[in-house]
Amino acid sequence: MTTDTAEAPAPAVDERLVHRSLPHRLLGRPELGAVVGAVAVFLFFAVTADSFLRMASLSTVLYASSTIGIMAVPVALLMIGGEFDLSTGVMVTTSALVSSMFSYRMTANVWVGVAVSLLATLAIGVFNGWMLTRTKLPSFIITLGTFLMLTGLNLGFTKLISGTVSTKSIGDMDGFASARALFASQLSLGGVTLRITVVWWLVLIMVATWILLRTRAGNWIFAVGGGADAARAVGVPVAGTKIGLYMGVALCAWISGQHLLFSYDVVQSGEGVGNELIYIAAAVIGGCLLTGGYGSAVGAAVGALIFGMASKGIVYAQWDPDWFKFFLGAMLLLATLLNAWIRKRAEASA
Amino acid sequence: MIAATLALAVPLAGCSSTGGKRAEEKRAQAAGGQSAVDTPRWKFAMVTHSGDGDTFWDIVQNGAKQAAVKDNIEFLYSHDKEAGKQVQLVQTRIDQKVDGLIVTLAKPDAMKAVVQKAVRAGIPVITINSGQDLSKDFGALAHIGQDEVTAGEAVGEELNERGRKKAVCVLHEQGNVGHEERCDGVRKTFGGTVQNLYVDGTNMPGVESSLEAKLQADSVIDSIVTLGAPFAPTAVKAAEQAGSKAEVATFDLNAQAVRGLRDGSIGFAVDQQPYLQGYEAIDLLWLYKYNADMLGGGQPVLTGPQILTRQDAAALEKYTSRGTR
Repeated sequence: MTTDTAEAPAPAVDERLVHRSLPHRLLGRPELGAVVGAVAVFLFFAVTADSFLRMASLSTVLYASSTIGIMAVPVALLMIGGEFDLSTGVMVTTSALVSSMFSYRMTANVWVGVAVSLLATLAIGVFNGWMLTRTKLPSFIITLGTFLMLTGLNLGFTKLISGTVSTKSIGDMDGFASARALFASQLSLGGVTLRITVVWWLVLIMVATWILLRTRAGNWIFAVGGGADAARAVGVPVAGTKIGLYMGVALCAWISGQHLLFSYDVVQSGEGVGNELIYIAAAVIGGCLLTGGYGSAVGAAVGALIFGMASKGIVYAQWDPDWFKFFLGAMLLLATLLNAWIRKRAEASA
Repeated sequence: MIAATLALAVPLAGCSSTGGKRAEEKRAQAAGGQSAVDTPRWKFAMVTHSGDGDTFWDIVQNGAKQAAVKDNIEFLYSHDKEAGKQVQLVQTRIDQKVDGLIVTLAKPDAMKAVVQKAVRAGIPVITINSGQDLSKDFGALAHIGQDEVTAGEAVGEELNERGRKKAVCVLHEQGNVGHEERCDGVRKTFGGTVQNLYVDGTNMPGVESSLEAKLQADSVIDSIVTLGAPFAPTAVKAAEQAGSKAEVATFDLNAQAVRGLRDGSIGFAVDQQPYLQGYEAIDLLWLYKYNADMLGGGQPVLTGPQILTRQDAAALEKYTSRGTR
């Protein structure tokens, strides 16, 4: 990172003025490799699994991808900002539990629970970001702590309040229908059913891309991830940016959590563990560097798509289920290797 | 977001007129909390192989606690899904010199030594849930539970009776021996074919989409067997989404599964009555300490499989909602 800043001044100005052809500009994008990987995975299953190409199947794949993608997008932004979050998987469950239990316990309209849950989830995001910037401990440790605490709280509170390890049904309460419409409905578009999570996902990709590429906050995110000290030296609010990124993750965890609650109406308190790694994997497949400072929201979305296609494609292909996890892992590794190889070629030719 | 704000603003002031805690309190009636005997306050410990937040083991605990109250027992519970840690937990209970021990033998090889150690230390041991065949060898007084294979066989027979041809068995924990046994049991008695499908149990949308994919890939499937009650309603949803006519059957019960039984979305459930496993274990230990009695005369005491259908749903509803069925 330091070598970059040292070399930067002289050629940087020229580079921006030089007109580059479209293929060249595409090659420079972080998500290029992931897109090629996604096309490869898609073609692979289109050939090997005969039911993969049906509209209904594609809608299922899109749904699976969107539930990962809604979280992968903010996780990618956080990674570009140079940080990790291991608490995302259980935070989704926490968010669902809070709105369910608050509504039930207070016999309140479920929208009240949804609002309380938004505040509670954002508070977790603020906690992560604030602890990180105050203590200067690695985000790995901070969020691992949050992960463990949330796992325990999910279980402890649910047991304390509901008496069992899952929440009570809130399906018969006021406001449930309208909340379900927003978080867990589906739209019929000319015979194709599209789950609303796909819409949420697309909106999030657009918002995140806009923030990254068109706003000052976006510059701050790249700067903070590239080198926090250098960024601070030129006046970037490092702490604020990082806290903001964690709040973005929390906001999306809230959306995912509400989807979980309103599509199943009961939430199991032990859910969500392990999903955080899938979100991170999607972001990395999508071209985010583990070291920060590089990546894109679109890339993370494509990463989630690869994950969705691979995990469901294996089922469509009806392969021996004993090997499921192996196939999934191999598929992801191949997609990522292809991704890395293409990026290297792109950088060499650029 | 505009829709969200609007929807949020309008009913925000109001409370829900239906459901919720208030409705529950109206129905609520507290179970009695007084011991019925004047034996000394013995200390009985239960150590299971349960993971965190498992509905099933929660019901087992509820049964044990109820019996403990009645029998004037101090009940201690701990669990770990990893065999090594379960062994350590049993060891700490031996160190504590408990008056009775209840363990599960889901990973019998690992548990053997420590169970024998407890027996040598003079602690009466009862095994529950899993490990029926080895219980006696390890020196336990009795085993209370249902054989997983037998339970699976019961499901297979019920599927035959319903004229099914092709079933998918949904395993929510890859590598769980009990899960494999259940599906094998189904395979043993079922006249049609059974396919296994592994799903990620901690990711409900993932479970749903995988099952959807399976049903879309194979339209011949006419039955879905889930191995845990929380997955049954998800399976119903997946079948709806995939436009499949497959009927859902499940192992174990919870409030949602019973609702599914009642409205017909779930065909049947096979229950091993976890409440009974907890309750009987404590009660039998008490009987043994008090009167040297052992129900079943040392033979396994079976708590299942009990096949439950639509007819049973109404009666079960209030029990599942309070967490005892």
